[in-house]
Amino acid sequence: MLHFQRWKIILVLGIVIAGILFSLPNLFPAATMARMPSWLPHKQVNLGLDLQGGAHLLYQLDQKEMVQDWLNNIRGDVRETLRKDRIGYSDLAQDLAKRSVSVTIREPADMDKAYAALKKLAVPVGGDVFAGFSGYDLDVAKAGDTAITLTVTDPGMAHRMTSAIQASIETIRRRVDAFGTTEPSIQREGANRVLVQVPGIQDVERLKTLIGETGKLEFKMVDPAVDAAQAAATKQVPVGDELVYGTEVPPVPYVLKDQVLVSGQNLVDAQPGFDSRTGEPVVTFRFDAAGAKRFGKVTQENVGLPFAIVLDNKVVSAPVIREPILGGTGQISGNFTVQRANDLAVLLRSGALPAKLTVIEERTVGASLGADSIASGKKAAIMGLALVMIFMLAGYGLFGMFANIALIFNIALIFAVLSLLGATLTLPGIAGIVLTIGIAVDANVLINERIREEIRSGKSPYAAVDAGYSRALITIIDSNVTTLIAVLVLFWLGSGPVRGFAVTLTIGILASMFTAVTVTRLMVSYWLRWTRPQLIPI
Amino acid sequence: MFRGIHFIPPDTKIDFVGLRAITWIVSALLTVVPLVLVATVGLNMGIDFQGGTLIEIKTKESPANLADIRSRINALGLGEVQIQEFGAPDAVLIRIASQPTEQEQQASIAKVKGALGDEVEYRRVEIVGPTISGELIASGTIAVVVALLGILIYVWFRFEWQFAVAAIASLIHDVTGTIGLYSLFQLEFNVSSIAAILTIIGYSLNDKVVIFDRIRENLRKYKRMPLVQLLDVSINETLARAVLTHVTTFLAMLPFLFFGGETIFGFALAMCWGIVIGAYSSIFVASPLQLILGVKRDAFSAAPATSAKQKGPAAARA
Repeated sequence: MLHFQRWKIILVLGIVIAGILFSLPNLFPAATMARMPSWLPHKQVNLGLDLQGGAHLLYQLDQKEMVQDWLNNIRGDVRETLRKDRIGYSDLAQDLAKRSVSVTIREPADMDKAYAALKKLAVPVGGDVFAGFSGYDLDVAKAGDTAITLTVTDPGMAHRMTSAIQASIETIRRRVDAFGTTEPSIQREGANRVLVQVPGIQDVERLKTLIGETGKLEFKMVDPAVDAAQAAATKQVPVGDELVYGTEVPPVPYVLKDQVLVSGQNLVDAQPGFDSRTGEPVVTFRFDAAGAKRFGKVTQENVGLPFAIVLDNKVVSAPVIREPILGGTGQISGNFTVQRANDLAVLLRSGALPAKLTVIEERTVGASLGADSIASGKKAAIMGLALVMIFMLAGYGLFGMFANIALIFNIALIFAVLSLLGATLTLPGIAGIVLTIGIAVDANVLINERIREEIRSGKSPYAAVDAGYSRALITIIDSNVTTLIAVLVLFWLGSGPVRGFAVTLTIGILASMFTAVTVTRLMVSYWLRWTRPQLIPI
Repeated sequence: MFRGIHFIPPDTKIDFVGLRAITWIVSALLTVVPLVLVATVGLNMGIDFQGGTLIEIKTKESPANLADIRSRINALGLGEVQIQEFGAPDAVLIRIASQPTEQEQQASIAKVKGALGDEVEYRRVEIVGPTISGELIASGTIAVVVALLGILIYVWFRFEWQFAVAAIASLIHDVTGTIGLYSLFQLEFNVSSIAAILTIIGYSLNDKVVIFDRIRENLRKYKRMPLVQLLDVSINETLARAVLTHVTTFLAMLPFLFFGGETIFGFALAMCWGIVIGAYSSIFVASPLQLILGVKRDAFSAAPATSAKQKGPAAARA
């Protein structure tokens, strides 16, 4: 086992040198690396949120609200369809738990016609390109002789959820980008969740506010015929009107006509600015062509009347239309602070979220704690390394020295692989490296103890070393496999910092099989050849 | 030339298995006492598993005025609140019990920030809602069970069932012993505790495999030696590597315990303890269990094809 073929030597040296080269950038500050020639490796290890500070926010899409909205739409569609076909109906109702809408057809003779018409409301949902057609989003069925139910199907639900999550991710990205932080990560987690990770963010509360707002903007007319205070007291409004409160504290009630004049979907731009007369912070916006046309028409017809700008079902302001607004631009004022005007502009530009997002997990680390963690992790790791090296030197002399050199290579390889993979180093990840330091030299302990045993049984130096390596190898593999089983389970289990531990430990153990076994074997074999010792100093 | 210190002399002959009358009791205590502790004192469940809010702050004045902070937070009426110093006189850890809904959970943090004002630095904020904490309990439990099963299957595949059973029994001993440590010192039990336990499971098995290997090899080599004596010979022959491998790992982890910082202290302590208890169980639990489980010698002499077919007896392993 001690003889190496030339290509193997080159390969081993190549890996070691590459490991050192690719780990080196981590020794320098990023600014220094930027000045280095471009042919040198530049990639550094990403620091986890626990080390560089930042926010980890896990959002869950409100499925109930989504289904509710959908059922509302279906009900609207049913009403419209039956009206268009002049079919009499009654008892149009929705059931959230069953995810269904049911309607009773007045004339049994109309049943088939109604069924055929409503059947058209179901839209096929293509699974993926390969699975092809996977069913309809609605299941339209006759219930008895006079009723028809439309039930949301599982594929329909899944399809809706997927597109809602994707739309949410896009919207969140536009909102987070407004903070200008480096490399935020926004990704889907499971069926109905979005994980937002923003390194280095200071004002987490503001970030949460900005992401958490649905951002649904609507322009509606105020109903001037109804006294809002009285309506709020009795909770009763005329048909076609709705009671909406303002953003003030305490909230002011408004009675609005529930028809949406123009919505945020027609916005093409929104920017923070200042009112030219009062100097108050405002948000100026611009509609697209269709929006501008509609807004122009409405304002032309309603000069002198108040309308309301409604954001997420709260009235931001209710100005009186002084003159027709035909240019498609306008401004929203509402006693904003400069920051609120800024955020509102971001919110409007980014578009509305398809449903409400709720934070179900938050982990935020301040930059100073991150820096402290790096410092203490580094200190502990260096001391651990020193203790292990001293112990190996004391326990095995020259062979301990070989193990120590290999250990340095091992650490270099871990950093090289982490840098190349773009993996993330966390505080538990540093603990994983430290644990690797201990486990890596375990292999050398096993080898060296076996060599001692072989020498005691009377073998020549060369034969003892050879036997020591070959017989220890299976044990080393065996024991590392058991550790890897546990660590892989951990990788599956953990997220964030804990996963970082699993990552460094896995890379470390795999690298240690190379450094602690192959690299030391190469060193020992050269040493044997050069010195031809009569006795092995072990 | 310096040959290195032989920390464990090669001619060590300790009657480990002979001590079993005592060590069985110790092992049983190490397994049962933690269970009693958990049942009576309980575990200090972190927010990962219980849900809730955790806030680490640094105050301007040192030491922090804990009484003042406590009265301000208690005034918010957020339910059970724990306030403690955290590693340094000006560092304070605030833990707030889980709120009924995710929204209230979110609101609680804003309230705390309002009550404490801008004079304090928020070093860490963790909010775990009821949804996530339930999932973390489930996945943590599954993870430990899956890891144990995976190892059971692996050892069964590599050795005979007696070894696999002995390995799992001693791993359970290590796990309960570690959980006992968490209960005894009321360390926060969270996801990183599960990480520590899983790592201990994986690592602790290493030298059990080394000793099992030697037992198997000696069963073939000394066909007439009584099992008690054979186990002792096997343990003594592998003692140096079993102990020293643990020493290196222990030395590597030890500084983390003292200098790694408060956030990772519990993890480091569990790891250090796990390394010690793992070394103990290899010698005093996994090996003597063979006496009870009754390793069949015939399995090795008559049918060497079972699992040791790769190499002959001459190619004994380390």
